[in-house]
Amino acid sequence: MTDATLTHTYTHADLPGLMGLMTGDEKHGPAATSTLDVLWVLYDRVLRVSPESREDPGRDRFLLSKGHGPMAYYAVLAAKGFLPVEWLPGFGSYDSPLGHHPDRTLVPGAEIGSGSLGHGLPIAVGTALGLRAQGLDEPRVWTLVGDAELDEGSNHEAIAFAGPAGLDRLHTVVVDNSSATYARPGGIAARFEAAGWSALTVDGRDHEALYAAFTAPHPGRPHVVVARVEPKSA
Amino acid sequence: MDTMRDRFAPVVSRLLDEDPRVAVVLAAIGTDGFAGAARRHPRRVVDVGIREQLLVGAAAGLALTGLRPVVHTFASFLVERPFEQVKLDLGHQDAGAVLVSAAASFDWPAGGYTHMAPGDVALLDTLDDWTVHVPGHPDEAETLLRHAVAAGDDKVYVRLSVQSNGRALPVDGERFRTVREGRSGVVVAVGPMLDAVLAATEGLDVTVLYATTVRPFDGAALRWATETAGTDVVLVEPYLAGTSTAAANDALADVPHRVLGLGVGRRELRRYGQLEEHVAAHGLDARSLRERIGGFFGAAVRP
Repeated sequence: MTDATLTHTYTHADLPGLMGLMTGDEKHGPAATSTLDVLWVLYDRVLRVSPESREDPGRDRFLLSKGHGPMAYYAVLAAKGFLPVEWLPGFGSYDSPLGHHPDRTLVPGAEIGSGSLGHGLPIAVGTALGLRAQGLDEPRVWTLVGDAELDEGSNHEAIAFAGPAGLDRLHTVVVDNSSATYARPGGIAARFEAAGWSALTVDGRDHEALYAAFTAPHPGRPHVVVARVEPKSA
Repeated sequence: MDTMRDRFAPVVSRLLDEDPRVAVVLAAIGTDGFAGAARRHPRRVVDVGIREQLLVGAAAGLALTGLRPVVHTFASFLVERPFEQVKLDLGHQDAGAVLVSAAASFDWPAGGYTHMAPGDVALLDTLDDWTVHVPGHPDEAETLLRHAVAAGDDKVYVRLSVQSNGRALPVDGERFRTVREGRSGVVVAVGPMLDAVLAATEGLDVTVLYATTVRPFDGAALRWATETAGTDVVLVEPYLAGTSTAAANDALADVPHRVLGLGVGRRELRRYGQLEEHVAAHGLDARSLRERIGGFFGAAVRP
């Protein structure tokens, strides 16, 4: 299902154009653009996964938990050759595999289907456990959640477990666009740190800062990167 | 006699030894039984603590890496509390797991309604593609657990109960079994309801089918039974009354038929006490069943 005809190498500068091919989910527009830089840096420089290796047991996993506004996700997957650019204009239509929330059984490269909040991080915990149980100690597991999504209790079950369990292959990136109904007292990173995670907070638009935070060592502990972007309401 | 649940940890511990795909996920309930297995397979026996949403979500993640997770806690906390995880993390992700519950509809009456789950099978019925095993004896539970774990990446629910029949019958994880043949009606006894149904129908001219795998529903067996015994059907289920009525109706859709669904009443009883008292309160003891079954079939059923 990969785009064998992909000859053009897409760059970060192409992403707005790719996103522009998708229409019909303007309600989720801010949610989509908030994740754009995080997704790009992960897929361009961090994740060891490609269209060719997307079934390889040793690949890195990226679980998009925040499935709302997946245009940036689809644009990055298209730019990296997981799915054809020609699919993008059909976004949300009956015949398109690309919905307003992604479905793992329809989107090449999507590790999970998401949209209902609070599912990605618990599944990522299980994925990290499953890889560890099989002696696959190389692959890293990443999941992307929103700051408001963190309000879901299921995430707190996962955060509280993963730290003491020492799941050091588990990584979470929280895209913080200040959309939580009640700001978390002490900040988002503090919540993770209290549960034994390694935590860094960076500018979610600064690619070098994101890359440094994504690749920072965190022996024995799961790692969270809080990527701050402009508020949703701005 | 030991209970179905007494068999669970020993059987699954052996499966952990035999099959490197098997993993067990627990949420602080039932962990003692897996202490030995956890020492032998520390990475494949996971206790997530009292976190039932994580319990099911983590099982899905394990399955997505290729393992076969066996997930266990009380039915209320396994199916009802994390129901959206069951629907999305397993169903929508197309990931499989074996969910094994304990406590059933009212195994611990003194514990009250918080630990009762008569609606679990009906709730799973809102989802597609689940296999549901309801063993009626610890030996059957052992067989059906093995079937469940061996079932590829299927989604399987195994409902363990302290309610049990006196003796085990051979079960195959698929078909209903004919245990008595008559000419004036069909009674389907599910799992631990069999002994009471056999006592209730003693001397009545009815066919009794025994169902330990209720989903998929063996419509062919029901249909075949009605060819000699007629199309009056009574379902006796150890969970919510009427749970399988739609499945029986579907099996008989093109013939005139009547179906009576007996099982646990919908209304919350708000009583503690003993299991037998709850069985009687829901009209599932042999005497009540005889009255209700006989009344439904009418005079024709009596020899």
